[in-house]
Amino acid sequence: MAHDSGSKSFNLKAMLRDERFWKIAFQVITLLVVFLLLSFFLGNLNRNLIQMGRAFGFSFLLNPAGFSIGESLIQYRPNDPYWRALMVGLGNTLTLVAAGIALTTVLGTAAGVASFSKNWLVHRLSRIYVGLVRNVPLLLQLFFWYFAIFGALPSPDNQIGVLGLAFLNNRGVYIPWASSAVLAVLGIAATIGAAIAAFYLWQWRTKIRIETGAGGQTQLIALAVLGLVWLAIIVFGMNWTVPEGIEGGGVTGGLRLSREYVAALTALVFYTSAFVAEIVRAGIQSVSKGQWEAARSLGLHAGIVMRLVVFPQALRVIIPPMNSEYMNLTKNTSLAFAIAFPEMYSVATTTYNQTGRPVEVFVVLMATYLILCLLITLVMNQFNQAVQFKER
Amino acid sequence: MRKWGLLAAALGLTMAACGGGTTTTADGETEGVAAGGSRLDVVKDRGQLICGVDGGIPGFSFVDESGTYSGLDVDVCKAVAAAVLGDAEAVEYRRLDSTERFTALSGGEVDMLSRNTTWTVSRDTSVGLEFAPTTFFDGQGMLVRADSGLETLEDFAGQAICVETGTTTELNLTDQMRQINVDFEPVVFQDADAAYAAYAEGRCEGMTSDKSQLVARRSTLPNPDEHVLLEVTMSKEPLGPVTTNNDSAWFDVVKWTTYGLIQAEEFGINSENVATFEGTENPDIARFLGAEGTLGTDMGLPNDFMANVIGQVGNYGEIYERNVGADSEFALERGQNALWTEGGLMYSPPFR
Repeated sequence: MAHDSGSKSFNLKAMLRDERFWKIAFQVITLLVVFLLLSFFLGNLNRNLIQMGRAFGFSFLLNPAGFSIGESLIQYRPNDPYWRALMVGLGNTLTLVAAGIALTTVLGTAAGVASFSKNWLVHRLSRIYVGLVRNVPLLLQLFFWYFAIFGALPSPDNQIGVLGLAFLNNRGVYIPWASSAVLAVLGIAATIGAAIAAFYLWQWRTKIRIETGAGGQTQLIALAVLGLVWLAIIVFGMNWTVPEGIEGGGVTGGLRLSREYVAALTALVFYTSAFVAEIVRAGIQSVSKGQWEAARSLGLHAGIVMRLVVFPQALRVIIPPMNSEYMNLTKNTSLAFAIAFPEMYSVATTTYNQTGRPVEVFVVLMATYLILCLLITLVMNQFNQAVQFKER
Repeated sequence: MRKWGLLAAALGLTMAACGGGTTTTADGETEGVAAGGSRLDVVKDRGQLICGVDGGIPGFSFVDESGTYSGLDVDVCKAVAAAVLGDAEAVEYRRLDSTERFTALSGGEVDMLSRNTTWTVSRDTSVGLEFAPTTFFDGQGMLVRADSGLETLEDFAGQAICVETGTTTELNLTDQMRQINVDFEPVVFQDADAAYAAYAEGRCEGMTSDKSQLVARRSTLPNPDEHVLLEVTMSKEPLGPVTTNNDSAWFDVVKWTTYGLIQAEEFGINSENVATFEGTENPDIARFLGAEGTLGTDMGLPNDFMANVIGQVGNYGEIYERNVGADSEFALERGQNALWTEGGLMYSPPFR
């Protein structure tokens, strides 16, 4: 019947029933809503800025900043422009992120694995740590570490020496360090390079042992040589300077980690590790019991079962949520602002306060954190692909 | 391709979120403008003044255990409320830290700031503020431990100095140290409480801020007697109420109410004797109190607004002595804050 009636109503009805029409219509509506919202917000912003007699722009970044910053990776003087001050803040954020991610991975994994320990004390400690730290707000923990723990250290005239190698006082922590920044970077690069080389060497050795049944002695020797070379570079190549206490208080030489940095790092690592521990625990638990039992029945002992059978499978579950923990850590570094660590957010706050340009500064700030997080995701996605099931 | 789409969407969201932050606050502004053109009408309609204060500096603005605000800055808020609404208590106080204050003001969250804010040219122009007359002439000082042996700024080479971010003191400190070429370690806090706590437990050798604030804050440190102010003044710090640009009707109200406090002291009118001036023959005073002329109504206020202000809050001298002067625990000398007739800087243009 519908076929016989007017072609116009026929078309409309048919169109409304057509799934393809609705698919397209929803796309168009979504696009329209997003566009309207955006234009409303941006138009409003523009109107307000005009009302205040200000044009949106970033040229203020070239003006001299005029404020000092407590610690900096790059050379910075108060008459440098704002963009350079922001770079100093970014550098400080990055040191916090890099050290934070490295330490969190180690501590979080250790705490996660420890929750499976047969040792009652180790198991309990891991559970208590996770329960306690995960349930207290990070800002509170930052203040706790800054004021209660590192604030309780003695003043420089009564500072604590650790084996004559490091010093602790209420200004910061002083550790031995390479005598120049270039050497330090080289040392870190050598460490990372050696670790990667060792990893591939070990894989190669395993492969050869499986395929040919050879003992793998040659590779083992190569590994030992690699280790020795690395050790030699680190011990003799770095031209270490050891901090020395000055009569009457204070320290010269070595690397000074400010109390703000150490407190922020400790708080962030302890906080994020508690979440990582739970992710690791969940990952390990997700490996079916049969895998444990099968491995044990081959006569492997518990440590090897964990290392060779269970953990590699658990990694598939662990890696994706680890990505978001790393991103959380990155974003949480902005809280270090509260305990006076001059990271990106802190410098940005001072900048918008002195220039009266909150909108522009926040755009820069958001773009920076966005790029940082996207970079982490990029790396983690590569890593994720590497540990996924290989279809053979 | 898909990844780029995601990136674009994320960027769009960031922009939207960032625009959104300003929108809500800006809406209030737009409403106000549509209703009558000035923040003055917004305040009248609301029946309450929203005043941005610090809230943590005894003598200037401080909240006690019962939640009552007091201090010199607070009394300026009260004076404006008395002038506009006839009731000095019709004030809602908002505690703002030094980084929030200007955004809160330009976003319309508060009607005015009375928050020991230093008048500088860049704040007046590029930040987009209007500065009402100075209510307290101050200078930047340095608080140190009495036994530290530090006496001049030169002694601070390699030493740590605690400072609050977003303040002029942060910049002045840098300028002064650059001038004498001394390398120091700034420890910059967002929160004044955290900054003083860090100083008190020994993170920094020195704590720098406006002298009045240092004196006031010293009283809250664990052992006030162990701390002294150095004999240096690093800057001029004229502190006063602030409003936004492009609203001269409202700015005039705040400005002339503040001047009125000074003028009242010059006339010798205070909260106790203001009633006795009711039928005065002195034309200046009659105009000032609204018995003659239309000074108040021309501004959009009740003609006797200054009588309300002085009756409820008092004149500048009373406010000063009560909060930071002889009648308070700080006993600060009037100094630069005395009337011009007594060698100070407090001077009001004529009310006519």
